Amino acid sequence: MSPPRGSLESDGRFEETSLDASSFTPLFILVTVREAINQGMDEELERDEKVFLLGEEVAQYDGAYKVSRGLWKKYGDKRIIDTPISEMGFAGIAVGAAMAGLRPICEFMTFNFSMQAIDQVINSAAKTYYMSGGLQPVPIVFRGPNGASAGVAAQHSQCFAAWYGHCPGLKVVSPWNSEDAKGLIKSAIRDNNPVVVLENELMYGVPFEFSSEAQSKDFLVPIGKAKIERQGTHITVVSHSRPVGHCLEAATVLSKEGIECEVINMRTIRPMDIETIEASVVKTNHLVTVEGGWPQFGVGAEICARIMEGPAFNFLDAPAVRVTGADVPMPYAKILEDNSVPQVKDIIFAIKKTLNI
Amino acid sequence: MEEKSWERQQASRVLVASRSFANDATFEIKKCDLHRLEEGPPVTTVLTREDGLRYYRMMQTVRRMELKADQLYKQKIIRGFCHLCDGQEACCVGLEAGINPTDHLITAYRAHGFTFTRGLSVREILAELTGRRGGCAKGKGGSMHMYAKNFYGGNGIVGAQVPLGAGIALACKYFGKDEVCLTLYGDGAANQGQIFEAYNMAALWKLPCIFICENNRYGMGTSVERAAASTDYYKRGDFIPGLRVDGMDILCVREATRFAAAYCRSGKGPILMELQTYRYHGHSMSDPGVSYRTREEIQEVRSKSDPIMLLKDRMVNSNLASVEELKEIDVEVRKEIEDAAQFATADPEPPLEELGHHIYSSDPPFEVRGANQWIKFKSIS
Repeated sequence: MSPPRGSLESDGRFEETSLDASSFTPLFILVTVREAINQGMDEELERDEKVFLLGEEVAQYDGAYKVSRGLWKKYGDKRIIDTPISEMGFAGIAVGAAMAGLRPICEFMTFNFSMQAIDQVINSAAKTYYMSGGLQPVPIVFRGPNGASAGVAAQHSQCFAAWYGHCPGLKVVSPWNSEDAKGLIKSAIRDNNPVVVLENELMYGVPFEFSSEAQSKDFLVPIGKAKIERQGTHITVVSHSRPVGHCLEAATVLSKEGIECEVINMRTIRPMDIETIEASVVKTNHLVTVEGGWPQFGVGAEICARIMEGPAFNFLDAPAVRVTGADVPMPYAKILEDNSVPQVKDIIFAIKKTLNI
Repeated sequence: MEEKSWERQQASRVLVASRSFANDATFEIKKCDLHRLEEGPPVTTVLTREDGLRYYRMMQTVRRMELKADQLYKQKIIRGFCHLCDGQEACCVGLEAGINPTDHLITAYRAHGFTFTRGLSVREILAELTGRRGGCAKGKGGSMHMYAKNFYGGNGIVGAQVPLGAGIALACKYFGKDEVCLTLYGDGAANQGQIFEAYNMAALWKLPCIFICENNRYGMGTSVERAAASTDYYKRGDFIPGLRVDGMDILCVREATRFAAAYCRSGKGPILMELQTYRYHGHSMSDPGVSYRTREEIQEVRSKSDPIMLLKDRMVNSNLASVEELKEIDVEVRKEIEDAAQFATADPEPPLEELGHHIYSSDPPFEVRGANQWIKFKSIS
């Protein structure tokens, strides 16, 4: 199941390379987000014996969403552990293992189920290094799909970026594309602190270009640094996870109308890279934040508050604006669900409103 | 450092006294109730003079340290939560006597005794209680968040420490170093769902975890009969073998612990111990402890089952020690506690500049926000 190798021609065609050209290093390959996370975990499992994965269905089922496919076959029962349906219990076990010197990756089948274990994430993992006066680190990764999926309704669609992003002692990352996914999971595993990795189920199957850099076993994306996905001059559009793609789509549409959006992919929720956002706002004078989660007390709210407090405020020509999920529990019917998450048209509308167009 | 001078004194005492005292004595101990076990710990045990004196000193130190904490709390030098374990000394000292320093231990918030038996000094414990920079957690944790090598606290959320302990046991098995983890919880916590999740996984994966229910008959003000449909805590592990132990008799606790540790080390999986014990103080310093139990009950336990008294009587009656030398130990312990209290009272509070430290481990310094956007604290790992 190796991804297709080749090059993207200038007319958009993907020309596949024959595999006997052993001296040829492809400039890039296509890798899905799922494969990227799988690769990242595989490389870190190989690199450090103290790393192990536990969670529901991660081993013999190959992962509920197949993210851990092949890992149990390769590493066996000791390193890839199927747990009973006991989130609070196995999250606590994972934290205890981290305290005793292992480097666990604790998978929540979705972050909705992490609510049952949230005490272990916050009180046992996040706060311990501080409470112990620096004696007891907790090198653990909590990962799994976060936020809205498709048709899974209210109890399975919540975004936890704001909840986890609220807590000192945690690091919280939210990858969008494959490079984000691989680089961030590797950084998270190597980090000596509790890191929450908020993946996105709808992104798992999406392929992206993987540079030769990203193909390396030591490719890391630093935690705490945002990435400017698209340069622009008229407005700063900040997002994380799947909505980053929607922002880029909106930017493409608006470009035809002469509006150039600077699209920032946060990559990390906490510690937030506000400096990159500020520098961009100083340049563009306008800000729109886009997230899948609910509006109240959310990621966008935090960005707006910080922009107000910092040097970028005086450069705003209009109030900062948020695009978010609708302030309702996620409904099931397609028309309702579609209108409960930020769509490209909602982003375009917000951008034009901010620019007073 | 206090240990070394104690050893010198001990050595000279042994030299002087070795002619008049027995080297060891055999004692009968209560048979443990068993659950899913064919055999239990032995019903007799040998106590050496050396061990006896050490246990006596340790229990007396815990006792006096807790009473000193009570005093400091009433003087408002200690604040917030303060859960004392006087009456339960045979548990922390007995458990430690049954394991190695390389084994692991985790407990809940009634943790001062364990913090001491796992190796920290009274000085750093009291200074942590008074919130000073010389405290074992630099004043950042307080009563419920003290850590030491192979001692994982000190945990404030009732029951959460039990899955943690099972996780530490998982690490023991993973590393293959023949170590076990003692995972403690109280009779109140015993009804937490996550404990049953931990039992299940520990048994499934044969983790070297000794689950220990320190049953002091009351979860805060709720007696065991009012909280648990089954008060046979040693059976609550269901498929996990269990034993019920007299937690006021340090020798009983020691033997049971040795038995349980051997069981775990042999790879058979987890085991459960219920220690029947009693706390003299209320749940915490804000609980006088007499609205839900009678003074007569407390007095009865004190006069008939006090763990320090039980050990003392045994040692004196078997000629392992004299009343005078035990009194000498009392005096030395009092002095140690006094000195520690002095330090804990005089040591300055942690510097304000360090408020933001220890958010993350192994990271470069960064800034932490204070009460408003202009107040910033530097955070060092």
